[in-house]
Amino acid sequence: MNLKHALAGVAVVAATLTAPFSMAADKIRIATEGAYAPFNYIDESGELKGFDVDIAKALCEEMKADCTIVAQDWDGIIPGLMARKYDAIIASMSITPERSRVVDFTDPYYSNSLIFVAPKKSKFSPEKVSGKAIGAQRATIAGQYLEDNLGDKVSVKLYDTQDNAYLDLASGRLDAIVSDQLPAYDWLRSDAGQAFEFKGEKIDIDDKIGIAVRKNDKLRQKMNKALKAILENGTYDRINAQYFPFSIY
Amino acid sequence: MNWDWTVIWENIPKLMDGALLTLELVLFSGLIGVLLAIPLALLRVSNNIWVRALPYAYIFFFRGTPLLIQIFLVYYGASQFEWIKESSLWPILREPYWCAVITFGLHTAAYIAELLRGAIQSIPKGEIEAAKALGMSYPKMLRRITLPRAFGIMMPSYGNEVILMLKGSALASTITLLDLTGMARTIIARTYTPLEIFLAAGVMYLIISALIIFLFRMLERYFNRHQHWPNEKPKGLDSQLLSKD
Repeated sequence: MNLKHALAGVAVVAATLTAPFSMAADKIRIATEGAYAPFNYIDESGELKGFDVDIAKALCEEMKADCTIVAQDWDGIIPGLMARKYDAIIASMSITPERSRVVDFTDPYYSNSLIFVAPKKSKFSPEKVSGKAIGAQRATIAGQYLEDNLGDKVSVKLYDTQDNAYLDLASGRLDAIVSDQLPAYDWLRSDAGQAFEFKGEKIDIDDKIGIAVRKNDKLRQKMNKALKAILENGTYDRINAQYFPFSIY
Repeated sequence: MNWDWTVIWENIPKLMDGALLTLELVLFSGLIGVLLAIPLALLRVSNNIWVRALPYAYIFFFRGTPLLIQIFLVYYGASQFEWIKESSLWPILREPYWCAVITFGLHTAAYIAELLRGAIQSIPKGEIEAAKALGMSYPKMLRRITLPRAFGIMMPSYGNEVILMLKGSALASTITLLDLTGMARTIIARTYTPLEIFLAAGVMYLIISALIIFLFRMLERYFNRHQHWPNEKPKGLDSQLLSKD
């Protein structure tokens, strides 16, 4: 083996050794909830799927980052970010002043409103709620809306997941639930949701959904840039169309 | 990390409400547990394998499955059946409170029954034989000898079980109840101060545990008072029997 080959060999070894390290700079861990269809859920094969997950993947591709997406229970999702278990939360999280005190948000990637859901055969109306049992998911905008606006008039029931709130609406323990409109739209189209419908007009609460990162993390600017890019190049519209026949941006 | 003491003080009243509900759940489920455990344990020590089988299966099921699964089965499971929703049980089963009390009661009954069985079997044979020799009927022997002796023997481990149940009761928060844990989680959902609020809740659990430990010390002394003689003289006994020589 002559010198030239030996040097080439060293170069190859060096390249393979350093490659993982240079990529490590762009390793991003993203958390989502996995119980909020169609935005994030776990399918039959145990994989994370949904709008949030697709957006996360598109952003990672745009940033040329090596991403891992993990599922994390909702009410521990912000503490987990602060404890550096992951670097970003893409889990349909509303941008609120309370949350903004502890995390930074990117530009919004979709907007949401609230709505009441009740059985089709029930006479429930959002104007007459006194004494009714109304449910929502704990630690969500819907839950806070319920506590702040109706807390003294209705019996508020808070659930760990949206799925459990649906189960109790079906069981008849709840007269209605307050839910984010888009996932509820998806649920009403499913088999389980056939006996239910929206009641009243949607409640506009200027609810913008963003990606949460740790305070002062440079990841925020990178994410914003990537978000702008996928909005412009049509990737966002393509993902949107897979889930809703109307734009949710 | 900035520690926020004010958020703890502000929320103490709410946490106290939660602690009260936790205490209630432990108390009621403990009562149901003991009442169920006595017949279960008595059947369990039977010599007849068919009599033994039912409590054995019950204990096997409730000790072998997680409490979380049991509470979900009762709360979300029962509501899936139309005939349960139309039955007279529904007004009870629709309330998360009663679902929790029933599940915790059934769960702890299995553990208490097993403790009680062990205690009954470790009563010295001579004491049972003495009771029989005096011509006591079975119910009287149960009431005067077997159960009081068994309670005395099992009291330390029963105290342990009540403390386990206290901690298990945190699962009530998964079925919308605002017990100490549920209340803490609801507060944290607003304030995003998990460390402060969970620390406060943890301290409250510790205080409740300390009270339970103290209570069981007292109960243990009461049931095993014959062992503390001559500090406490047995009542209603012929005074001649008490003289030292």
